[in-house]
Amino acid sequence: MRAGQATTAVIGGGLHGLACALALVQRGQDVVLFERSWIGRRASSATAAGVRTLWRDPAEISLSLEALERWYRMDALVGDDCGFRAGGQIKVAESHAEMEALAARFAQMRELGFHHEELIDARELRRLAPMISEHCVGGLIARRDGAADPHRTIAAFRRAVEGHGAVIREGIAVMALEPAVGGWRVVTDAGSWTVRHVVNAAGAWGAQVCRMVGEVIQFGYKASMVFVTERVEQAFRPVFSTVGRSLSFKQSSQGTLVVGGGIQGGGDLEKGLTQVDFRALAKGAAAAQELFPAIRNVQIVRAWTGLEGKTPDLLPVIGPSARASGVFHIFGFSGHGFELVPLVGEIVADCITYGRSRYDIGSFDVARLLT
Amino acid sequence: MLRPDLLIVGAGPAGMSAAIVAARAGLKVVVVDEQPTPGGQIWRGIEANAGTSRGRALGEQYCSGLATVRTFRECGAVYWPSTRVWQVESTLGTYVTGPGGTRVVAPRLVLIATGAQERPAPFRGWTLPGVMTVGAAQILLKNPGSVPSEPVWIAGCGPLALLYAHQLIRMGGVVAGFLDTRPSTPLRETLQLAGRAALRSSRELAKGASWYAELYCRAGRYVPDVVDLQALGTDQLEGVRYRTAAGRVEEIRTSLLLVHEGVLPELHTVRSLGCEIQWDAGQAAYRPVLNEWGECSHPDILIAGDAAGIGGAVAAVHRGRLSALRILQRLGKVAAEPEMTEENCRAALAHALVLRPFLDRVFRPREQVFAPDDDTIVCRCEELRARDLCAALSGSVGSNQLKAFTRAGMGPCQGRQCGLTVAALIAAAEGRHMSEVQPFRVRPPLKPLRLCDLAGLADESRSS
Ligand SMILES: Cc1cc2nc3c(=O)[nH]c(=O)nc-3n(C[C@H](O)[C@H](O)[C@H](O)COP(=O)(O)OP(=O)(O)OC[C@H]3O[C@@H](n4cnc5c(N)ncnc54)[C@H](O)[C@@H]3O)c2cc1C
Repeated sequence: MRAGQATTAVIGGGLHGLACALALVQRGQDVVLFERSWIGRRASSATAAGVRTLWRDPAEISLSLEALERWYRMDALVGDDCGFRAGGQIKVAESHAEMEALAARFAQMRELGFHHEELIDARELRRLAPMISEHCVGGLIARRDGAADPHRTIAAFRRAVEGHGAVIREGIAVMALEPAVGGWRVVTDAGSWTVRHVVNAAGAWGAQVCRMVGEVIQFGYKASMVFVTERVEQAFRPVFSTVGRSLSFKQSSQGTLVVGGGIQGGGDLEKGLTQVDFRALAKGAAAAQELFPAIRNVQIVRAWTGLEGKTPDLLPVIGPSARASGVFHIFGFSGHGFELVPLVGEIVADCITYGRSRYDIGSFDVARLLT
Repeated sequence: MLRPDLLIVGAGPAGMSAAIVAARAGLKVVVVDEQPTPGGQIWRGIEANAGTSRGRALGEQYCSGLATVRTFRECGAVYWPSTRVWQVESTLGTYVTGPGGTRVVAPRLVLIATGAQERPAPFRGWTLPGVMTVGAAQILLKNPGSVPSEPVWIAGCGPLALLYAHQLIRMGGVVAGFLDTRPSTPLRETLQLAGRAALRSSRELAKGASWYAELYCRAGRYVPDVVDLQALGTDQLEGVRYRTAAGRVEEIRTSLLLVHEGVLPELHTVRSLGCEIQWDAGQAAYRPVLNEWGECSHPDILIAGDAAGIGGAVAAVHRGRLSALRILQRLGKVAAEPEMTEENCRAALAHALVLRPFLDRVFRPREQVFAPDDDTIVCRCEELRARDLCAALSGSVGSNQLKAFTRAGMGPCQGRQCGLTVAALIAAAEGRHMSEVQPFRVRPPLKPLRLCDLAGLADESRSS
């Protein structure tokens, strides 16, 4: 394969790499994107694809609210609505103590000046989810939230990126980054490219790319599991999570039930292998069944585990490298980066193209993780 | 948690034979099978049917299974009927659900003896009610013993289609017609292979020839050289249109069509473990890469019977025994029966496989099986046509990517119905050989699992 030149190399063909590549070509840059496997192979297709502003860390609420607005305009951005359905996201309280925790969160949001979360009582909860178990006492809802179709999202971003002339190279892994005149030499297992800027969108492997430029950070990974059932009659639209357990539960537009919530399976970053741990996943099934007793006989047809980077504070890494000029990071979304896809790439593309972004990304600085 | 020496998946000829050798030698053996009684596909329901007129009608080879099933029942292996294995971890943690609920077994070694599945062979209209496979129809013959009340049309290629017709006729059923989709084999090649086989296995050959002769005489019609089929009807099968190699197109009326295009190794479990597989051009199927003992690329998993490559029931028995002998060797035991030696098993296996090259050649599936036309539904679960899949096949995408693009293979059959066709479409579109195309990655559970059966495992972990 021929090596070549571009102004920017993006490492990682997940949704964040794609979104950044798209923003860069829209700003007039030549972009080459390298993906070790195939586009979307990792977290971006494993994702439960919740579009959630609810219950986020206060540090990322502003970004997530801005990203949410873009989900409503997805068609204009990538030519497809990506299957986004705004049925709301609800955090369910299963006891009065849990309801108090929701009330405290609600008060905190008001204090910070955020109004996207709203307390609902048992009646409203049952109106939104008639099948929900009797014992649930209320919830906290973000009504404009929802969920999308990850495969459609990947396909739409891919089409948009290629349509704007960026080059996507699948099956190519970046092995090293070497300083070169005016930028970086990107050494891959299929030749070298010389570029001015590098975007590290390597997901769970983000810290490996950091190490290529001498940046050693505190970083771990998650191996989150999801299972999906056969199709059942459309019964509800919101996405449910609970205060007390690891659960996220929704019905897709195809009618399948999708259960996740960050329950951990097995993964091996070096080999890129994952394993489903059904003993752990059983807790998710039990929780889903306790919340929605009617689903107990529905058949599970597929389960999987996806790998994603995890930072100690569970906030992503967004912005310039602390050590290497011309290198920019977008990784470490710690299990909730899908919602941020339509915004973050643009922020980094602005940093690269214009030297700054109009969003405050101070909390996401890689410097906080340096060892 | 139960920790047997050996867990065997499948209580057909291979699984039972292996269990007998292993258990008699003193190993702790657990055998799991989703059927309510032992016997696998070929000897399904044998205990109930043996000695009855139905049993006799099903034939000598069918009845011969009773001895093995009885020995198996008494061999000391723990047998869990009506139990499904739905996950085998690479550390061999094995998840099963049966009448007693869901549990996890942690064996030292696993023998996969899951047999064969019928080759999915899509054609226009194959999803209409009234079209079913010969294999499914044969299960009905063996189980409640129901003989179709109306005359049936059979379309297919392979020994099972002939055997079914033979059994049906003996049970008083009527074959309205047989559309033989077997491509004609060059005469010289056939004779050569048959000659070689005849020296060692003339009885089997004669049996096959007599089935054919019976079809000629007893079927309402016999149509050779059928290359293309179309099931007609809107909500229910009303007729079949077929085309012969000579280009003749005809239509018949029927509300029941049984189809069959041969069988494939059932590799779902094997592939979920990432065990190496290869394309077997002779059988036009993927098969696991195995050594002479049935050991695969996973150090603690062995594969026997048709899951190891189609060989039939007798070969399955001997492959099962050979794998069991290897397992005994590895766990420091010896077979209880003095005649159970590697040498004897290998000789018997070789004899059982004499006819195989002939059968593989003569019943090689027609090309159309791998190249459905645009309008044919390939993925039944998601109702995707060949056209939808081909449209997504731009650039170089593998099966897994195509699955992500189109949802093919994401439904309840978990890709068992469309996996091979999808691989064939990719190979054709990219001008590559099947050996260079990977079928869908298999995701657990290996069998659909009720949510409450998974949830039950949470209680188990809490209590243990
Ligand atoms: C099971 C699961 C459920 C989730 N549910 C939700 C949810 O409901 N809502 C939500 O907002 N978020 C969710 N997430 C998180 C969300 O999916 C991720 O935050 C997001 O997809 C991350 O995208 P990415 O592009 O950063 O990473 P990825 O999609 O993982 O992309 C990184 C890519 O980089 C490639 N790569 C790595 N190293 C190299 C190299 N050296 N050379 C070339 N290529 C390389 C990898 O192969 C990979 O394809 C979930 C994640 C998982 C795993």
